[in-house]
This record gives sequence, C-alpha cells and structure tokens, in this order.
Amino acid sequence: MTEPGNEPTVFTRDQLDWVPWLDPVPEGELTARQRAGLVDAARAKSPYFRLLARDPDILGARTRADKDIFYNTAEGLPRAERELAAAASSRSNGCIYCASVHARHAATYSKRPADIDRLLAEGVGADIGERWNAITVAAVALTATPSRFGAVELERLRRAGLDDLAIADVIHAASFFAWANRLMLSLGRAAKVA
Amino acid sequence: MLPPDVLDTLAGIAPGSPLDLLRRRKPVTRENAQASFLALFAPADPGGVSVLERAAVAAFVAGIHDDPAARDFYGAMLSAAGAPAPLGAAIVREVAGAAGSGPYGSFPAGPLSREDAPGRLFSVAPGSRAILGDRIAAALDHAHMLVFHPRDATPAALRKLEAAGWSATDIVTLSQLVSFLCFQLRAACGLRALGASLRSPS
Repeated sequence: MTEPGNEPTVFTRDQLDWVPWLDPVPEGELTARQRAGLVDAARAKSPYFRLLARDPDILGARTRADKDIFYNTAEGLPRAERELAAAASSRSNGCIYCASVHARHAATYSKRPADIDRLLAEGVGADIGERWNAITVAAVALTATPSRFGAVELERLRRAGLDDLAIADVIHAASFFAWANRLMLSLGRAAKVA
Repeated sequence: MLPPDVLDTLAGIAPGSPLDLLRRRKPVTRENAQASFLALFAPADPGGVSVLERAAVAAFVAGIHDDPAARDFYGAMLSAAGAPAPLGAAIVREVAGAAGSGPYGSFPAGPLSREDAPGRLFSVAPGSRAILGDRIAAALDHAHMLVFHPRDATPAALRKLEAAGWSATDIVTLSQLVSFLCFQLRAACGLRALGASLRSPS
C-alpha cells in the first residue's frame, strides 16, 4: 500500500511525521478564507491542516472546538487527563500518529511517562491506576461503534473522583478523537522522522 | 427547519436542565459543535458535494451507529433534502446489511500484528448501487470503513472515490462529514447517559 521502511509499527511517544495521500493546498496559494479556516497562522506549515483547508469552513469550526475541548482548563478535567482520553481513544482505534502526539502531551502534563508508555505498549487494558483506568475505560467505550458508554462507565468515573463537568470533558475529549483519528488514518499516514 | 443546537436535540437535553447548564459552561465548544454541523449540512457553498449527498451519507452513518435519535434526525434531513423514496429505502436497506461492531482492522505489519482484528469489508449491494448512483454508493463504502475499521484505510480507498467522481476537495469534505458524525454521535451518547444520571440521582 504505502512504501514500507519509514512507517512506524509500534505505538510511541516519539515525534512522527504525517504524509498526506492527497495534495494539500500549497502554502503560497492559501486564500484568505482558507487562512481563516486554519485559525492559527502557524498551521499553514502543516500539510495536514493545508489539506483540510480545501474545505475551510468546517476546518475553522473544528479547530475552535478542538482548542476549547483541550486547552480551556479554567475548570473541569486537568489537561493531562484530557490528553489521556485522547491517547486512549487513539490507542483503541489504532491511530499511531494521534497516539504519539497525545501520549507526549499526557506524559508532559501528568509527569507520568511510565504509565503512558504502559498504555501504549500494553494497550487499553493496562493497569495505570484506578482514576486513569476509569478514564481509559470510558474513552474506549465511547470509541466503540456502536458506542456503549453508559451507567457503568459513569459510576466508575464518579467513584474515581470526577464531577459532572470533568465527566463531560472526558466525553468531549474522547469523542473528538473519533473525529481526529479518522482524518489522520484515512487521508495520509504516519512516518518516522528521517 | 434545523434545531438551534443539534447536539442538544440528539442527546435529549432540555432547555434549563442541569445538563444544558453544564454544556453552557463551555460555550466555545458548544457553539463550534453546532458551527461544525452547519458547515457540513447547511454549507454557505456546497462546492462539489450536494446537500442531498451529504444527507444520504449522514443517514447511513447514523444508521450504522445504531442510534435511534440520530437515525430519525438524519433520516428526516434526507427526506427534507428532496431524496426520492427509493433512495431513502435503499439507504435503510444498506444500513440493515451493514450492521457491525468496531473498531477492527489491521496494523502495519510488525509487533502490533498480534492485535490485528480482521473484519468485514462492506460494499453496497448491486441493486442499491443502481438506485444510489456510483458517487453515493462509493461514499457509503468509504463511510463504512471510516466508521468501523479506520485503521484499514489505504490510498487505494481514495482512488476508488476518485474513480466514482469524488475530487480531492470533495474527499476532504466527505471525510470531515463522516468523522464529524463519529464525534457528534459519541458526544450525544455520552451526554445522554450523563443527563439520565443527573435526572435520577442515586
């Protein structure tokens, strides 16, 4: 399918590249509307975001939702655990690229790289402490099609100390990666950094 | 007539309910979940992907998620988009034939191969293909892969879409539409469960 050799074959916290299977908009040809869809000017450097810029309105709304779900930590779930939910969804779906990015963030913000590495190596059944296990189980239940998130997962999150807003954050972070994983997996592929 | 907040509609969130108040504490997320829906289903410029095609794919994706509220909502959208009755019936038939459980699929050959979970590769039945046309039929084949086994995606899958008349920009729109619905339906599922627990405190 893709040329072998530089495709990662394990989950990792290493920096990876992403290679598009369709042509991104060349940086110099981005229209004003496409630049608005990128939201952050720096994203014009990314082939992934320049590919998505082919449809700028959905990219803009998606980017704003993404940033609020993960970066708006004025209240609710800590950033580290939003990243954990994203990494768990990505591990379950099998998106090596997304898992690498969000495992790095989760490890950085939590200062628990060994537990994140266990999630990557052992999979979503790894025992990484009850609070993180509860978040992982919830993310995996939401990731399933059909989703099977319900009273059991909710109760486990509550027992682990999450309040309603933190639970809503788990739901949004895990669900958002149902979106992100599919774009990353289907419009291009991960590559090891040369 | 589109509801003011589709996620509220799908999750059964009533104005003023505890869950409504909870969602409003994250207004940027709430507004952009809705803005994403509108960008895909009420686009300012539909470009190469018609509103009927968008609704047809959405009705299929909602159906294979086995979510009654989403199935009814996107089914109604398909009718409102002017779909002839045989097209709607073909989508319902294909949903029934496409039921499954994900995520499954294969990893790049290597240590992760022991986690490979092979599963069904779906293709619209010939009788339905004649009714849906090549473009929508190819989109449903692709949507099934994206929903149930996204790690099986290949460049060859994109070439099939191109052969059915989907341009690169159309493919980006289609991919966003299917992937957005995967987000929206999971968020609805999660919020519905959370809302039920807030109504009946234990």
